[in-house]
Amino acid sequence: MSILVIAEHDNAALKGATLNTVAAASQIGGEIHVLVAGENCGAAAEAAAQVAGVSKVLLADNAAYAHQLAENIAPLVAELAANYGHVLAPATTNGKNFMPRVAAQLDVAQLSDIIAVESADTFKRPIYAGNAIATVQSGDSVKVITVRATGFDPAAASGGSATIEAVGSAHDAGISRFVKEELAKSDRPELTAARVVISGGRGMGNGENFALLEKVADKLGAAVGASRAAVDAGFVPNDMQVGQTGKIVAPELYIAVGISGAIQHLAGMKDSKYIVAINKDEEAPIFSVADYGLVADLFDAVPELEQKL
Amino acid sequence: MKVLVAVKRVVDYNVKVRVKSDQTGVDLANVKMAMNPFCEIAVEEAVRLKEKGAADEIVVVSMGPKAAQEQIRTALALGADRGILIETDEELESLAVAKLLAKVVDEEQPGLVILGKQSIDSDANQTGQMLGALTGMPQGTFASEVNLGEGTVDVTREIDGGLQTVSLNMPAIVTTDLRLNEPRYASLPNIMKAKRKPLDTKTPADYGVEVAPRLKTLKVEAPAERQGGVKVASVDELVEKLKNEAKVV
Repeated sequence: MSILVIAEHDNAALKGATLNTVAAASQIGGEIHVLVAGENCGAAAEAAAQVAGVSKVLLADNAAYAHQLAENIAPLVAELAANYGHVLAPATTNGKNFMPRVAAQLDVAQLSDIIAVESADTFKRPIYAGNAIATVQSGDSVKVITVRATGFDPAAASGGSATIEAVGSAHDAGISRFVKEELAKSDRPELTAARVVISGGRGMGNGENFALLEKVADKLGAAVGASRAAVDAGFVPNDMQVGQTGKIVAPELYIAVGISGAIQHLAGMKDSKYIVAINKDEEAPIFSVADYGLVADLFDAVPELEQKL
Repeated sequence: MKVLVAVKRVVDYNVKVRVKSDQTGVDLANVKMAMNPFCEIAVEEAVRLKEKGAADEIVVVSMGPKAAQEQIRTALALGADRGILIETDEELESLAVAKLLAKVVDEEQPGLVILGKQSIDSDANQTGQMLGALTGMPQGTFASEVNLGEGTVDVTREIDGGLQTVSLNMPAIVTTDLRLNEPRYASLPNIMKAKRKPLDTKTPADYGVEVAPRLKTLKVEAPAERQGGVKVASVDELVEKLKNEAKVV
């Protein structure tokens, strides 16, 4: 059976998580088709056709799909799903929003946030904030799955030559309406895709002090993250939050500054290759997961680090 | 307007869970249980709507073992008016919960259903959305702000990259994100009063819903332990290690 991957995109370009999801699909085995649903999203469909391993792109271009409202996207995906053995989407807020609606429409269970493919019907997923890993088997006719991007290396964005096929059906449930969007502006790499992440916690004291981290980030080409404590204290916006209830990252290097290391935060970053902790409290739990720990006042250590890099 | 709130009994979020040695699951014997934190936020939001005069009744529903009535009593002590416990010892998957909730929605006809965005045990993040599909209601997931209008509700959602506001026709479903509100504590007099509030006990069979699990858990393992690292004495040593040992900068 073929596999349908639902692309994450902003109508103009594919989001990186789509590539990781294609990689998960290729581990399941079978022909991979990608659905690009949006409005004026031809460019995103072109990009999807270039992805290695993709054989067909379904393009559903309609005003009803412009803002990815779950009420409109879910019936479209559920309708297409009849022809597939697996339907996969990235476990982004968007994928998490519409996929369970698809699953319930098909009367099947959903596998959330898989981190490994064992076989075509068996998958691994973290539970209890990543404190346990469950191996789960699905007997459903269509497997509806969301994929944790950091669990899979991305598929190559070029080298493919899929055909693009238009999908005519338009589902406008007419029960929900997009009002507005406020996106945080950032020139740095996206948190979930960055090779290096430097995060600040409550120890930063205030939002202005995050400038210290930004200077280091600029030297390393890193993204800047934050703990939930820093977000709740109003230092930085919540889209910077790393943790069980924020973003899950697995960069090569994660630098935790003034972060104690609560379970909720560790769930979001403990799969990083190297973890560095800078904290003045030598008892902080973050040191038990850090490869390199520095017990020091961050206001001395971070500027010094920036200088010496 | 009536508000329906779903709450789940889960292991307390402060508990460091342990995987059973036979890999059949997580050891929950003698572990402290509590209301799922996202559900607390859902109850709080409903109570605030009532305090503003926007809601006239709050019905709280939970599913699971008999002991789940403790969490319903907690919600009643926080301001909910009555409870429904759907008692079963079967482990319920999101789809089964959503099907049972759909039956309760059918019976109660709420204007708004509020759930947490996910439970901290299964981390599935599915039930609210599935209920949307089963009832045909629109959904405002990961809500950080909820504003009632005339027959509509505006929900500001936490999305990757920022915030999105959608307007939903009512009846609608809202799932709560952490920043929606700060839940209150139950006072002792209210805990006493909650004991006298009505609580109906039902079973899945009363609703004619099949709750057998669709997914089979083959095993549950502890995640790979991280190797305890080293403490460095200075920034110089840290930079040296990152350059020469880890080779990441």
